[in-house]
Amino acid sequence: METAPKLGRDVPPKKDKLQAKRKKPRRYWEEETAQSAAGASPGPPSNKKRNQELRPQRPKNTHILKKSRISKKLQVPKKPRERKNPESQRSLSGAQDPFPGPAPVPVDVVQKFCRIDKSKKLPRCRSKTRNRLKVAETEEEETSVTAARSELLLAEEPGFLEGEDGEDTAKILQADIVEAVDIASAAKHFDLNLRQFGPYRVNYSRTGRHLAFGGRRGHVAALDWVTKKLMCEINVMEAVRDIRFLHSEALLAVAQNRWLYIYDNQGIELHCIRRCDRVTRLEFLPFHFLLATASETGFLTYLDVSVGKIVAALNARAGRLDVMTQNPYNAVIHLGHSNGTVSLWSPAVKEPLVKILCHRGGVRAVAVDSTGTYMATSGLDHQLKIFDLRGTYQPLRARTLPQGAGHLAFSQRGLLAAGMGDVVNIWAGHGKASLPSLEQPYLTHRLSGPVHGLQFCPFEDVLGLGHSGGITSMLVPGSAEPNFDGLESNPYRSRKQRQEWEVKALLEKVPAELICLDPRALAEVDVISLEQKKKERIERLGYDPEAKTPFQPKPKQKGRSSTASLVKRKRKVMDKEHRDKVRQSLEQQQQQQEQQQQQQHKQEKAKPMRARPSALDRFVR
Amino acid sequence: MSVKMRRTVMERESIKSFWKQSVPLMERTGSGEKLVLADLLEPVKTSSSLSLATVKKQLNRVKSKKTVELPLHKEEIERIHREVAFNKTSQVLSKWDPIVLKNRQAKQLVFPLEKEQSAFAPIEHVLSGWTARTPLEQEVFNLLHKNKQPVTDPLLTPMEKASLKAMSLEEAKMRRAELQRARALQSYYEARARREKKIKSKRYHKIVKKEKAKRALKAFEQLRKVNPAAALEELKKIEKARMMERMSLKHQNSGKWAKSKAIMAKYDLEARQAMQEQLAKNKELTQKLQVASESEEEERGAEETEELLVPDVVNEVQMNPDGPNPWMLRSCTRDIKEAEAHEDPEELPDPVAHEVSESEGDERPVAEEEILLKEVEERRSLRRRSELSQDAEPVGSQETKDSSSQEVLSELRALSQKFKKNHQSRKPKASSVSTGHQVQREEPALEEEEPLLLQRSKRVQTVEELEELEKEECSQNQEFLRPGLKGQQLERNPNNLPNAPKEKKKKEQMIDLQNLLSTKSPSVKSLAVPTTLEEMDDEEERDQKQMIKEAFAGDDVIRDFLKEKRESMEASKPKDVDLTLPGWGEWGGMGLKPSTKKRRRFLIKAPEGPPRKDKNLPNVIINEKRNIHAAAHQVQVLPYPFTHHSQFERTIQTPIGSTWNTQRAFQKLTTPKVVTKPGHIIKPIKPEDVGYRSSSRSDLSVMQRNPKRLSASHKKQLKKNSVD
Repeated sequence: METAPKLGRDVPPKKDKLQAKRKKPRRYWEEETAQSAAGASPGPPSNKKRNQELRPQRPKNTHILKKSRISKKLQVPKKPRERKNPESQRSLSGAQDPFPGPAPVPVDVVQKFCRIDKSKKLPRCRSKTRNRLKVAETEEEETSVTAARSELLLAEEPGFLEGEDGEDTAKILQADIVEAVDIASAAKHFDLNLRQFGPYRVNYSRTGRHLAFGGRRGHVAALDWVTKKLMCEINVMEAVRDIRFLHSEALLAVAQNRWLYIYDNQGIELHCIRRCDRVTRLEFLPFHFLLATASETGFLTYLDVSVGKIVAALNARAGRLDVMTQNPYNAVIHLGHSNGTVSLWSPAVKEPLVKILCHRGGVRAVAVDSTGTYMATSGLDHQLKIFDLRGTYQPLRARTLPQGAGHLAFSQRGLLAAGMGDVVNIWAGHGKASLPSLEQPYLTHRLSGPVHGLQFCPFEDVLGLGHSGGITSMLVPGSAEPNFDGLESNPYRSRKQRQEWEVKALLEKVPAELICLDPRALAEVDVISLEQKKKERIERLGYDPEAKTPFQPKPKQKGRSSTASLVKRKRKVMDKEHRDKVRQSLEQQQQQQEQQQQQQHKQEKAKPMRARPSALDRFVR
Repeated sequence: MSVKMRRTVMERESIKSFWKQSVPLMERTGSGEKLVLADLLEPVKTSSSLSLATVKKQLNRVKSKKTVELPLHKEEIERIHREVAFNKTSQVLSKWDPIVLKNRQAKQLVFPLEKEQSAFAPIEHVLSGWTARTPLEQEVFNLLHKNKQPVTDPLLTPMEKASLKAMSLEEAKMRRAELQRARALQSYYEARARREKKIKSKRYHKIVKKEKAKRALKAFEQLRKVNPAAALEELKKIEKARMMERMSLKHQNSGKWAKSKAIMAKYDLEARQAMQEQLAKNKELTQKLQVASESEEEERGAEETEELLVPDVVNEVQMNPDGPNPWMLRSCTRDIKEAEAHEDPEELPDPVAHEVSESEGDERPVAEEEILLKEVEERRSLRRRSELSQDAEPVGSQETKDSSSQEVLSELRALSQKFKKNHQSRKPKASSVSTGHQVQREEPALEEEEPLLLQRSKRVQTVEELEELEKEECSQNQEFLRPGLKGQQLERNPNNLPNAPKEKKKKEQMIDLQNLLSTKSPSVKSLAVPTTLEEMDDEEERDQKQMIKEAFAGDDVIRDFLKEKRESMEASKPKDVDLTLPGWGEWGGMGLKPSTKKRRRFLIKAPEGPPRKDKNLPNVIINEKRNIHAAAHQVQVLPYPFTHHSQFERTIQTPIGSTWNTQRAFQKLTTPKVVTKPGHIIKPIKPEDVGYRSSSRSDLSVMQRNPKRLSASHKKQLKKNSVD
């Protein structure tokens, strides 16, 4: 629930936003805004280079066509409102409002915010209930319309790299991109040469402003990577397995050789958590304030960082755990195991929610995209697969890589990065949250050492790579969400704002028990206990208070009502109900029989044909 | 009783007596008539007349005496009183029903109920605090001050105010009395005028007229004496008025003669002719002199006026031979006007306006034709469009699909089955021939996409075409598994698809799983990768070795997984209850087991639960256990008006938090149900608060509104009550 996309204010699915954006006629100042946008996100490199081009520009015509169709469609429902009061629109001066009434809202955008599932048919209900339902529906419509209106505020649009015909974008080097983009964006590409302290793990804070990295040989540092201002740099004198920011950039969790430590942004050790020992991987669930740790001993431990309690310690029974990721949609933790399975965990359930057999060999890396739809896995069998997480858990795409991917990461807009040795490949789909096509990489980059950790920076078109040679920040146009929610994760927030946000976030903390596969389960009624309670009540009362009362015919006036006719009528209704019941059950039986027959048919087909039944058949079995 | 009634009663009585005399007693009783005691005494009449009269009197006396009914029980009376009182009070209270309902349904209630009159200050108070600042304002104010005009109070000047204040009570009373008198006088005068006007007597009116004329004459004489010039003018005026009167058409057929002729005209031809002559003359006389420059329109206008003035009945004969019907003419002219008016919109390119104008002028046959033509064209174009759309997306054409395509389909199915058989026969040899494999691959897809195929309007005839088609489907489904290299043939797993047939055997499932796991990339072509293999660390090498080892141990992985899945399925299955008692009804002891028959008899089979979610997913184990901790947060009791959980779920599906909504929507969604003003007393609701004025009236209205409430029994009791 907590990670449900907060569409009300911030991140709309990109595609729609693109369309909404393109609706505006192109003005002469448009060029300038585009460039200023590039300042914020290094996405669209300007027109210096022959081979680089804004992707949106090409399919412009088609999009405009689409848009015009949409606008036509949406004006239909608005018309009556416009016609209603042409007189009242007249002002004192006599001039008429050329656009009377409220501005039209695109129907599809409104549809995006509607959450009531109208496909389900409701049983018949009383008029009172119907009124309530109607009120709920109108409320939903109003709120979704206001939300659709506020989409106008999402001003930025994502850029993309696009090769000229026949050109492969994967051949474009970082140097080319850096040369083409503006200075502010070019400054986001940098290399830190840190050969001494071994392969690095990296982590960006939720706002995307801060970067923490920890080297295998004990080097831990945090910096504001945009301004390159160092916050702290220490050596913990112990092997560092993983590093992660907690809810804000002020706290850092570091998984060291023995125990889990928490440092503040000046490098002061705040806590040493001895209950989490030999931790290999860390994940932070921001809406639950949970720090999930996977340990060598095979335990998955959830630590509530707001109260400092361990919520759950689950034994995965699958040996050493060193592959872990979180599903940002529902806060479920995905663990990869050496027997080729990926298991999904929630702190409320002792067993894995789902176990998926993904690879023949062990699983090396797992990543889940921001909408919680796709999961990418790579295994020791050199395979890279993308699974559908919406109930079927089937592979949608697969590809064998010459060298298996050791690290995977999804970007906010659904780009998939894989680190294989010292090479990083990035695959892109078309549009927001679409499946990345594994045919052709979108970008490739070679590093000075094998990759040890990688993460896309939120709200910046940057991929952070930790490797044995240090840290590399590489530009990936179109990877990040261009519009951020200032109230949720504001990259430019001040200290005061951060503190206020912290209080609010703590107030809105989601209980850990609510983590389950469907985050919208909270909006459902617990049917099992409901029925149980009903049953108990019936037992207690001795009768069913909600049972349908048997039909009692009303006596007719004027002497037509005889007892016999009353009984007859009663009988008639009873018979009718009985007939209905029988008919229903017959239909069900028929269906079952048909199914069975089909099954038998198939089995017979499957069985080898035998000439005829023999007397010896009775000895079979 | 009227005289008539009495007469009829008497007649009836006489008839009765006649019957009584003539018809025997027994027969009368048989006819159902009531037997009266006096009748029985009738035969006695003959014997003794004296005693009979006394007896009759006595009888009558006895009859007239009525027994007094027993009074009701006290309890009964009280009950009736209670009921009546209840009815009355419930009626009185029922006027609140709509208000209660409204308040229950209201989104928000604000207390205290009576709204304070927004003490809107009179404009002078508002303006008093206002001062002139700009020079222009100051100038204006100076002017106003000089003329003693109101500066801040725009309603009254100081003089007026002073005079208002100066009026004393007596003065005011006097003035009021004066006004009253004036009003009374006026009303008297009006009444008198009305009365006089109603008088029908001609003589009276004649006298009045004469009097008036006399008076006017007198006045004129006087005027002549005093001021001869003015008198002359007056005379002229009178003369002119007379002329005007005569000139007007009032007199063309209002004279005595004309009226009589008009009556006769219907029957008498001569009379008619005379009348027409007269009319023609009138026309001639009243016709305006035509000027040369006069436009046609004016003429038409004149004609129109003339037509309007002359009554239809008279003109009927004359006008018909003359030319077209005047009404037709007029409509024609109107058409022309309209056409002119619509010239401007027609010039515009807007087709809607054009259509509108056409529809307005639909009296013209030409326009009608045009409209018809247009309609036909539109229809045609519509049809064409629909055809096009059918071509483009043949969803709707499913019904109209021809039988030939069906034939093709059935052929295809048969073919695919054949291939499938072939393939199955070859399967144990583990040598997958490409064709068989291909078709096997097609088969599930075909089954699945049958509706899609049916919709296709294209004909599919050859196997190659079918292959192409299948490929398309594959690309649509985003399927990735394709045969890569020749040597490494892969069997396509039908269970890959979500709706794959479920009753596969375990062994097959395993094979499927293997297929699922071992896939080949479509194209092993990458830019940068191979080069790195050279400079690998020791660690990486170790990794590589491990990887190879792992890759060959893949079968174990699958077997383990299947075993685990089976175990979990077993664990989640409801257990059967075995009630067999060993040794009961048969020999017992070590090594003896109860017979199968007995065991079968006492085994209570557990009901089969719902199907597992991962039934058709070979590579997945989904935990079926309920998350109790999360369930504790869910709603467990349905609130009042809802009877089914799906209804209630629909009302809580939209989130109301500010995280998901805009600020305004959030505020609207979270408005408090009840708002109270701090520091104010909340008094109980009064009729005035909701707009009821007087209680008695509202009671009446309630009575009229729901007469149903008074059931028949209640009415009876009410009556009874009133009688008591």
